[in-house]
Amino acid sequence: MRLLSVEGLTKRFQIHQLRREVPAFDSLSFELSGGEFKLVSGPNGAGKSTLLRCLYRSYLPTSGKAIYCSRLGTIDLARAADEDIALLRRQEIGYVSQFLRPRPRVSALELVAEPLVHAGKSRDAALRDAGESLEAFGLKPELWNAYPTTFSGGEQQKVNLARALIRPNHLLLLDEPTASLDATARLALADRLDELKAQGVGILGVFHHPEDVGELVDSRIEIAPLESTNVAYEPEARPA
Amino acid sequence: MTAAPRLDAPRLLKAQPVLSTVGLRKTYGKVVALEDVSLHAYRGEVLGIVGESGSGKSTVLRLLNLQESPDGGEYFLDLPERNRQNLFVLNRFETRQVRVHHIGIVYQNPHLGLRMKNTSSGNVAERLILAGERTFATLRGSARDSLSASEFPVARMDDPPFKLSGGMQQRVQLAKAIALRPTLLLLDEPTTGLDVSVQALVLDTLKRLQYELGITLIIVSHDLGVIRTLADRVMVMRGGRVVEAGLTDQILEDPQHPYTQQLVHAKL
Repeated sequence: MRLLSVEGLTKRFQIHQLRREVPAFDSLSFELSGGEFKLVSGPNGAGKSTLLRCLYRSYLPTSGKAIYCSRLGTIDLARAADEDIALLRRQEIGYVSQFLRPRPRVSALELVAEPLVHAGKSRDAALRDAGESLEAFGLKPELWNAYPTTFSGGEQQKVNLARALIRPNHLLLLDEPTASLDATARLALADRLDELKAQGVGILGVFHHPEDVGELVDSRIEIAPLESTNVAYEPEARPA
Repeated sequence: MTAAPRLDAPRLLKAQPVLSTVGLRKTYGKVVALEDVSLHAYRGEVLGIVGESGSGKSTVLRLLNLQESPDGGEYFLDLPERNRQNLFVLNRFETRQVRVHHIGIVYQNPHLGLRMKNTSSGNVAERLILAGERTFATLRGSARDSLSASEFPVARMDDPPFKLSGGMQQRVQLAKAIALRPTLLLLDEPTTGLDVSVQALVLDTLKRLQYELGITLIIVSHDLGVIRTLADRVMVMRGGRVVEAGLTDQILEDPQHPYTQQLVHAKL
């Protein structure tokens, strides 16, 4: 089942102060199905992260379409109303970055459980799931009730991933989530992504070390730097 | 320079906005303070308004609080008894009813919102008295509940605000504002002037209350950090007009309008 069809998506940043337009990528086209894991690759500065942010709408695409089949109906992510994007973020589109945004006086366990509570799960059940997830990512149990503001980079990233992946999204955007992770956590991440794929979640990911998720990748999209061809192409997809 | 591409109208979201204004206009003598300001917000949503001094953001808040009348425009709140009625045409009595029951406000300056020499509990109870509550035990019980929901130490509920720290005074204002579970909560620079750690705690309380009570919140601030922490969507104002509006992360990370770019970069 097709989940996302990107057609001619283009992003240019206008820097008004410099009266300049900085192109990020031009006319990208590709498709993503439910349960498919597509790796976004390309050299530094090709616009891999920018692509994910355009789909999550932290960046506003300049032109092109990103037709997304949500559970609520089909919509163009490039032009959808802010209210619709906010709704999709709450319910079915997840974005995982390298950074956790901890909040004062909110423990690691509560932070991870929060998306489930907001989705209507009981507090006890949500906390139990959160504990299982933190355990899988290898965060020491004595830290579960501590505030992540004081955690190390690696520990924060475990909390971040546990929180971001606890809810089964429909579309998942991963922006280098394995940076600063130890081996246990990388394995746990791969396991969780495998589970989500089996549930039909479509995943688009940027990985600095693709070998971390090598087994899971179904297809790739290569973004070429703009100076050359400007065109995205898809090498042959692996047989499913 | 090409204009930012326009977005579609909402299609997936079926809810109607709790609050909407159409074409607000306000002048003070020859000065045009607001021109053509239209905004909307949904239940449980936090809308931020940013802009420099004189941009008109506080004027918007005063109009939404029904403190002043505009020179033009309409204002609707989704209230059972005021269905599709422009709130700017209500008489004084009706206006007061709407303000007491459905709109709460927290000011930057606690002197504007509190009687500094009365007790804190008395300040909160005042709202309930205006709504017709007369029983002492009920007044005190409700005041205590609101203060504790705002994470005010109830052991100090009879201290007057002038004896309290800035952070505590804001919690009293907040308790008073939410005492009647309003539909709309307006915040005018609620944490400006507090030190950073206290500010973080007050913001945390606000976020929790807003989620638990499902209140629609409009926050005016020049502090983009505060806006990032609280707001779902942001409206950028300059010279009495809205120059840009969007999702908070988009406005802060990919601002489209030259003025917003200047504002965001000045704060980094």
